Amino acid sequence: MQQAGKFSSLLQIIVFALSFFVYQPFAKASEEENFNVGEMIMHHIKDAHEWHIAGPEHGGISVYLPVILHDNGFKFFSSKHFYHGQKMEVAINDSTSYHFMAGVGPAEGYALYHEEIYKLDAHGSLHFVGEHPHNSTPTDLSITKNVASLLFGSLLILIIMLSVARFYRKNGAVAPKGLAKFLEPIIVMVRDDIAKANIDKHKYHKYVPYLLTIFFFIWINNMLGLIPIIPGGANLTGNITITLFLAFCTLLVTVFSGNKNYWGHIFWMPGIPVPMKIFMIPIELIGILTKPFALMIRLFANITAGHIIVLALISIIFINKNIAWAGLSVPMALFISVLEILVAFLQGFLFAMLSALFIGAAVEEAHH
Amino acid sequence: MDLILPDFGLLVWTGLVFSLLLFLLAKFAWKPILNAVNTREEKIAEALELAEKTKAEMQALKAENDQILKEARAERDLILKEAKEAATGMVEDAKGKAKDEAAKIVESARQTINSEKAAAMAELKNHVASLSLEIAEKVVRQELSSDDKQKALATQLAGEIKMN
Repeated sequence: MQQAGKFSSLLQIIVFALSFFVYQPFAKASEEENFNVGEMIMHHIKDAHEWHIAGPEHGGISVYLPVILHDNGFKFFSSKHFYHGQKMEVAINDSTSYHFMAGVGPAEGYALYHEEIYKLDAHGSLHFVGEHPHNSTPTDLSITKNVASLLFGSLLILIIMLSVARFYRKNGAVAPKGLAKFLEPIIVMVRDDIAKANIDKHKYHKYVPYLLTIFFFIWINNMLGLIPIIPGGANLTGNITITLFLAFCTLLVTVFSGNKNYWGHIFWMPGIPVPMKIFMIPIELIGILTKPFALMIRLFANITAGHIIVLALISIIFINKNIAWAGLSVPMALFISVLEILVAFLQGFLFAMLSALFIGAAVEEAHH
Repeated sequence: MDLILPDFGLLVWTGLVFSLLLFLLAKFAWKPILNAVNTREEKIAEALELAEKTKAEMQALKAENDQILKEARAERDLILKEAKEAATGMVEDAKGKAKDEAAKIVESARQTINSEKAAAMAELKNHVASLSLEIAEKVVRQELSSDDKQKALATQLAGEIKMN
């Protein structure tokens, strides 16, 4: 009975703390306008030049990330000069106006609008055509939230794997212990069930490091994305740029591994009449691209959807403006989060598996 | 819309970081880890193979031992049989020899007896002859002690000769 009391009071504290952390950012927004769920979610799943922790959108607790611009030479400054810059408004007509942040200090002459950096025009303003500014943009190489998450995730993978490697280097080929014991079955799974199962057994060795890297990169970054607070929470693997790059890597590996048999099947499909052979060429060529394209979309959509669902479920509380809704939305969000842990692994596995499948098809010898 | 448009800056960073990560992991993590795992797998496979081989060897050795034991047993039986046969033979031999000897002894005894008997007979004969002579002498002497008697004898003898 006492334990139950303790537990409920703990729950109250958690709910209270949660409401404090989550509710604050939108408190101001809801005063000004109605809480816009779609906008909030889009803001969370997209990249940013700051890593927001708590508090209102501008001026809350945030890690301001470095901005790196290439615009007649490199420019480095903190994104603080945007977020704490000058709030500007461009009125198109009576009903529509756009807000953007003009940089101050070292960020002078640049503006931040929807996390995109534009050069200000001669009037010190942005020129809107439709919903988007038509100002020129500098090359933005900033350490954005996703880049920071990418660096952190990669460093984490590197530290984990190097410590596992150190175990084997120190102890030789013995039964694994600790971290190695946990990771070895997964490494062996990637080697045997992903690489060996799909790629010719004399050729698979070459592709194991790539498949291992891609699997752990996706898995660990997926998991980091599920952590709601810094250094997690960035929608890195749900970003089309990342999935595009990873899918492109698989495309490159596939294309450069393709043997005579593979290209033969694309440009002169055996076993069908000549007109069909010609007809099949464009289809097969498109097929080369659609396979990695599917990889790109699958990872992007799965991870982004996971983030959106969790955020949407949490938003139920703010839409109804009643903490009691937490009783529904928190368990549901928790359920989805647990499901997302499975999805995190599954998507990494699938990406590596399908990559291995495509590589396997590219290096397969003709059956005679 | 910009949700599904790639961002150049992020692409550059991703390319850089991922390439570096792939290189570092491949060289310093995957290689030693996979090598260790492969070595261990080979070791285990070797150990299993060795165990299997040893088992087979043990079986062969056992079979060999059994064979040797069997052979030894057969040999022992053979030796025992031979020994028994030899012993029987020896006894038979001894028996035969004893019989022969006995027969010989009996034979020689018989011969001795016969010869003794012959000797005794001869002696007896001699004795009887000499006794007969003595008796004859005595008889003769008595017969010839008176003239009458000498005459009677001579007549008798003459009669006897006549009859011849």
